[in-house]
Amino acid sequence: MLSVANLRRSGPPGPSLTAPAFSVAAGECVAVTGPSGAGKSLLLRAIADLDPNQGEVQAGPLLRSQTPAPQWRQAVMYLAAESGWWAETVAEHFPDPVAARTQLAALRLAADCLDWPISRLSSGERQRLALLRVLLRQPQVLLLDEPTAALDPAAVTAVEQLLRAELARGVAIVLVSHDDRQVDRLAQRQLLVEAGVVREFGT
Amino acid sequence: MTPPDLSFWTLSLAALLVLANAGLSLLLQLGIARQLLIAAARMCVQLALIGLVLTQLFARVSLGWTALAALVMLAVAGYEVRSRQERRLRGWWSYGLGSSTMLLATVLVTLLALTVLLQPDPWYHPRYALPLLGMILGNAMTGVSLGLNALTTGAVRERLAIEAQLALGATRWQALLPLTRQALRTGFMPIINSMAATGLVALPGMMTGQILAGADPAEAVKYQLLIMFLIAGATGSGVLLVVLGGIWRLTDERHRLRLDRLQRSE
Repeated sequence: MLSVANLRRSGPPGPSLTAPAFSVAAGECVAVTGPSGAGKSLLLRAIADLDPNQGEVQAGPLLRSQTPAPQWRQAVMYLAAESGWWAETVAEHFPDPVAARTQLAALRLAADCLDWPISRLSSGERQRLALLRVLLRQPQVLLLDEPTAALDPAAVTAVEQLLRAELARGVAIVLVSHDDRQVDRLAQRQLLVEAGVVREFGT
Repeated sequence: MTPPDLSFWTLSLAALLVLANAGLSLLLQLGIARQLLIAAARMCVQLALIGLVLTQLFARVSLGWTALAALVMLAVAGYEVRSRQERRLRGWWSYGLGSSTMLLATVLVTLLALTVLLQPDPWYHPRYALPLLGMILGNAMTGVSLGLNALTTGAVRERLAIEAQLALGATRWQALLPLTRQALRTGFMPIINSMAATGLVALPGMMTGQILAGADPAEAVKYQLLIMFLIAGATGSGVLLVVLGGIWRLTDERHRLRLDRLQRSE
């Protein structure tokens, strides 16, 4: 589903990053692990083309270099560790609030939270709503940057259940996580990032 | 009716007021006596010089010299816009964006005023061209600086929100739309405020000057209105151009937010 070849970004700004060729099959979850500051987020941002970088990335039939950036990011969607909000209320961040409402219970969110102002959300609620915002757009590839970092164990289970449903639909997931047990639960393979160098784990 | 003549001694007496201020500062240990006197001295020298320059230009009535004076004014205004930014664009853009948008906006409006509305003979007569350009430029400069500053500081502050939209597949124009609106409003605010307050809170300097120099108040009011409309037109197009140009520079053709094209704040 996702294949990456010769991905490089060179600083400044930010540290440099090199990744060998790797791919993620449809329905597969690949975890990205490594120490903080090694470049795990930079790898996801580079794949989503949010930072200037070189190399070719392919998602299904889409070649990144041949695809307008907004269309590319709709197919290969990046969820940042820290969520961003641009309007007053939660509902304004969802193109289809009706569809969003049906998913709230599965994420253990309050039934009326779409009507809340953003300032009322806890960090865990923000994180789950940001994930929901991504899932409802139905991308083929998910680039998730610590999607459960701010969640309690029950919410983590709920999120992982949703992610498994996505995998079963054939979505490819690249998951940055600091939680080894979560990696064991979700991922089939691992990529290790150390000081800006990406390699396949165990090779 | 002729205005009373201003002699050297009359002005000197008025200047005593500034000296009195300086004395007050020394007495109260405010520590601004030196700054105050330097600023007053600068003003005297600068105004005396511009008086000499204008006298020379009026005596010549040459398109070339008038255009040169206009260019110098634009260059200074561009520098002023740059110095009013908390976070400047890197490289040539820090100077170029403000200068070029003001050049476009103010020169077009001034040319419109000279060739269509006022029609002095010749149309480039410096007696009309330079004061008009000066007033339009001074006001447009404020709007352009504020608009650009609101855009660049806002882009840094709202980085997460902008990048969240980009990551969801928005174009750069969509992702920056809330900030664009905010920057345009900020840029427009001074001219709106000054139009609303003119005549009630403050009598505009140009109108006051004309009245003091013996002009009919009704005539002075008509000129002031013309100037305000011209200023509003130039400020509006200047703010729009600088904000659109700023967005263009803060993003790239792959719809990325490029905060690396801003200098660190000082």
